[in-house]
Amino acid sequence: MKPFEYERADDVAGAVATLERDPDAKYLAGGTNLVDLMRLRVETPSRLVDVNRLDLGGIVVEADGAVRIGAAVRNSDLAADPVIRERYPVLSRALLSAASGQLRNMASVGGNLLQRTRCVYFMDSSKPCNKREPGSGCPAIVGVSRELAILGASEHCIATHPGDMAVALTALDAIVHFETAAGPDSLPMSGFHRLPGDDPSRDTNLPPGALITSVEVPPLSFGGRSTYRKARDRRSYAFALASVAAALDVEDGIIRDLRIAVGAVSHKPWRATVAEELLRGSPATPDRFEAAIRAELDIARPTEQNAFKIPLVTRLVVGVLDELAHP
Amino acid sequence: MSAIGASLARIEGIEKVTGAADYAYETTAEQETLYGWVVQSSIVTGRILDIGVDAVLALPGVVEVVTWRNAPHLEDTGDGELNVLQHAIISYRGQPVAVVIAETLETAREAANVLEVSYSAGESDVLMSPDHLRLYAPDKVNPAFETDSVIGEVDVALADAVTSIDHSYSTPALFNNPMEPHATTAEWQGGRLELVDSTQGSSVTAEQIGALFGIPGEAVHVRAEHVGGGFGSKGSPRPNVPLAAIAAKITGRRVKLAYTRQMMSSLAGYRTPTVSRMRLGADADGRLTAISHEAFSQTSTLFEFAEQTAEATRHMYAAPNRRTTHRLVALDVPTPRWMRAPGECPGMYALESAMDELAAAAGIDPIELRRRNEPERDPELDVPYSSRDLIGCMERGAELFGWAERDPRPAAHIDGRWAIGTGMAASTYPAMAQPSGAVVTAMPDGRYRLGINATDIGTGSRTVMRQIAADALDVEPEAIDIRIADSNLPKASVAGGSSGTASWGWAVTKACRELRISLQTGMTIPPDGITVTATTDAEIAAQEELSRHAFGAQFVEVRVDLDSGEVVVPRMVGVFAAGRIMNPRLARSQFIGAMTMGLGMALHEVGELDTVLGDYANHDFATYHIPACADVKDIRVEWLDEEDTHLSPMGGKGIGEIGIVGAAAAVANAVAHATGIRVRDLPIQPDKLIADLPARF
Repeated sequence: MKPFEYERADDVAGAVATLERDPDAKYLAGGTNLVDLMRLRVETPSRLVDVNRLDLGGIVVEADGAVRIGAAVRNSDLAADPVIRERYPVLSRALLSAASGQLRNMASVGGNLLQRTRCVYFMDSSKPCNKREPGSGCPAIVGVSRELAILGASEHCIATHPGDMAVALTALDAIVHFETAAGPDSLPMSGFHRLPGDDPSRDTNLPPGALITSVEVPPLSFGGRSTYRKARDRRSYAFALASVAAALDVEDGIIRDLRIAVGAVSHKPWRATVAEELLRGSPATPDRFEAAIRAELDIARPTEQNAFKIPLVTRLVVGVLDELAHP
Repeated sequence: MSAIGASLARIEGIEKVTGAADYAYETTAEQETLYGWVVQSSIVTGRILDIGVDAVLALPGVVEVVTWRNAPHLEDTGDGELNVLQHAIISYRGQPVAVVIAETLETAREAANVLEVSYSAGESDVLMSPDHLRLYAPDKVNPAFETDSVIGEVDVALADAVTSIDHSYSTPALFNNPMEPHATTAEWQGGRLELVDSTQGSSVTAEQIGALFGIPGEAVHVRAEHVGGGFGSKGSPRPNVPLAAIAAKITGRRVKLAYTRQMMSSLAGYRTPTVSRMRLGADADGRLTAISHEAFSQTSTLFEFAEQTAEATRHMYAAPNRRTTHRLVALDVPTPRWMRAPGECPGMYALESAMDELAAAAGIDPIELRRRNEPERDPELDVPYSSRDLIGCMERGAELFGWAERDPRPAAHIDGRWAIGTGMAASTYPAMAQPSGAVVTAMPDGRYRLGINATDIGTGSRTVMRQIAADALDVEPEAIDIRIADSNLPKASVAGGSSGTASWGWAVTKACRELRISLQTGMTIPPDGITVTATTDAEIAAQEELSRHAFGAQFVEVRVDLDSGEVVVPRMVGVFAAGRIMNPRLARSQFIGAMTMGLGMALHEVGELDTVLGDYANHDFATYHIPACADVKDIRVEWLDEEDTHLSPMGGKGIGEIGIVGAAAAVANAVAHATGIRVRDLPIQPDKLIADLPARF
């Protein structure tokens, strides 16, 4: 591990000012990803600014019905929150499918959004990786790519966002609030993570030095009829091969509205807008579900190793929507 | 009452769970200790051009950097993996190119990270295949079995068979991942080397490391008081031991060196990938007329290791016409070595999958098929079995599992989004014993001191040796103080091949019985006691020629998620006939642990090869999956009372490995039953099933 400075931030403005002065510094929240990456020399921050003492906790229902989740709320607490469980079971289930109990007790909402890909090349600093070392190449494209992207990848990077929580938040149209030296700002989940393009070193559109302060989940009338399913190589403590976050509003067998986001298929949680559009107003039947997700996956460009994700996502989406259609 | 057979708790259990037990990296006197960190090659083959030693030596706290330029000379003992830092040639990615030695662990690690190594890279070949152009027949397969065996006319019999199958089954590279990675503390005292090592055999470590440094084995003192697992990967010294000894020699100080989890995949040995082409032919009654098992595996360019993949096939079932072959290819890879049940484990996955396919093809119940092919004598050695109760295991297992209610049709049991199926497979593992020695002393205060250079790798062998000694001495186990895992004690065999208890217990029994005879002469016990030392070389050599094997039967239920292809195993049942069980508590955890490891082999574990960069790319616990608690639901283990008088005096067959043998086949057979999809390429991950699963809607 490269030596680094450590300091504890007393307030948000001070933390942001520190990163403004020292662009190689990083915020430390739960540390469940960053500290691992420092040990592996994937991340070599000059300084860690510990934000755990900042007042960024709390889960609050606002006047308009939105739920505001503090950036420092631990994944375990968010998953167990009665409001979340009742209004957005998809979010609670996504959180509980992730990592292990110990990691969920440490991991924060803000940090979880920023977790980095688990591509084996990114994690191994003895190997090329355009995300870790721009211009060094992407061995995954012809190498070990079974878990990597099938949608929106580029010739420079086929990494995936590995998380679960962000997939649910994407389905829920959540908004990420953050603070920079210029003041408070926000990004919708749909624009928070980005595709790799020709600059895979950037995972998100968050401005440099920004500190996530909260995540706002807008009200969703049919949010109670939502769920998350994750396919993985073992029953616990494994990243997704593919996951589906979905919510469905059905009346008399006809879909009034719905949300579908797919995880572990792209550099960002993949909102299935094509499928949603096809299904809105259509009968809630398995053949319609299947046709819609097939249309969504038309643009998929898998490698030989991850081509299985196309039938996997197809079957998962059909199964999840059918489950929501027949509660 | 007999101490053997009692469920005694591990002697050192409290020490271990409270953290008081010292492992190889945890020896005390820290102020005198330096820390070594291994620097590994980032090319596959080629030469080191230069190493930027000076820049790293300038860092505060760095004491020395050992490379091929300044490392002490090591003798060539025939294992190129151990001849570390002797030249600039690179034979696989991850091979040690330097050791950085520093005052602190953190400094050593950081200095190793920034050490610049430049290379000239060559061509490389890391991909094993049964069509490889450089396949060859090794002289012997591990450890000393015949490479090929041919009896009768296999091809004719296959052509004439009423029912036959011809399929290839493959297993990937699998990695030993004991909880405690390899670690060594080394210190030279004059011409003598002191080692505290995480090893399965301190006798073999002393001999081999002595030979490397050109000194007698007696000049190397090895201790391994507590060892956090091995699975075969610590069955002989790996590069960590000579690297630590070199670092200690060059600095004249005590040096600690441990592998990271990531280093384990290239520096600890692993199970070779295997391919088994299985051809079985049967007559109209389901009696095998021909068995052909052609096995393919890889070795490195540094040391020949030939997995005995088809060995178990030689002893399992009757058939007049038989053929087994082993072909090997030497690749630019780390050397594969032993991993729990080498040979039997991948080979029986193939044979027991093939038997299941034959049963389906012949329309015979899998248990009945095996019953009809039960041999009278070992079909290849042509000698009797010392005992064999595969049928008893299958019958009891079927009863416990509820096999009789099984509907044999595949993909016939769908429950919502779940396809449910059951499968079974046979297990086997040879019952072996190696020569060992033991020393026992009767003290005037009525206590006994037992010493043997056995190793307890977590199995509880320390406890079992005390039980065995108690019966041989006819005293309470608590009257015996036991010392193990110190090469100053009488030489003993390695904790491997499921042979430790038989080998060591035999020597312990002999020494204790001889001591009792001495004591019965009525002599008074002097202050330093009466000591008897015994070795079993003569007894082992005098064993009559028999086929000695443990047998078992495993039953598995699977539920396959039709939306995802994920496989859940709600229950496993294993019944074993392994001679006398020394300690039910310890035995149960051996069987359950091995069955769990077999479950991991079936569903999770795979070294993912990058053929361009030349290594197994997933080398940590986040990406190399072993079963989590959520994967292991209900594993039920029983054993049959089996008396076998042709074994060691205690009558046990060894239980460390048989539980992993057959487990993967039982899972694969259950998946085939649940879904109609036969996976012949482990592990059974969702991608192998998803495209072919029965439709849900």
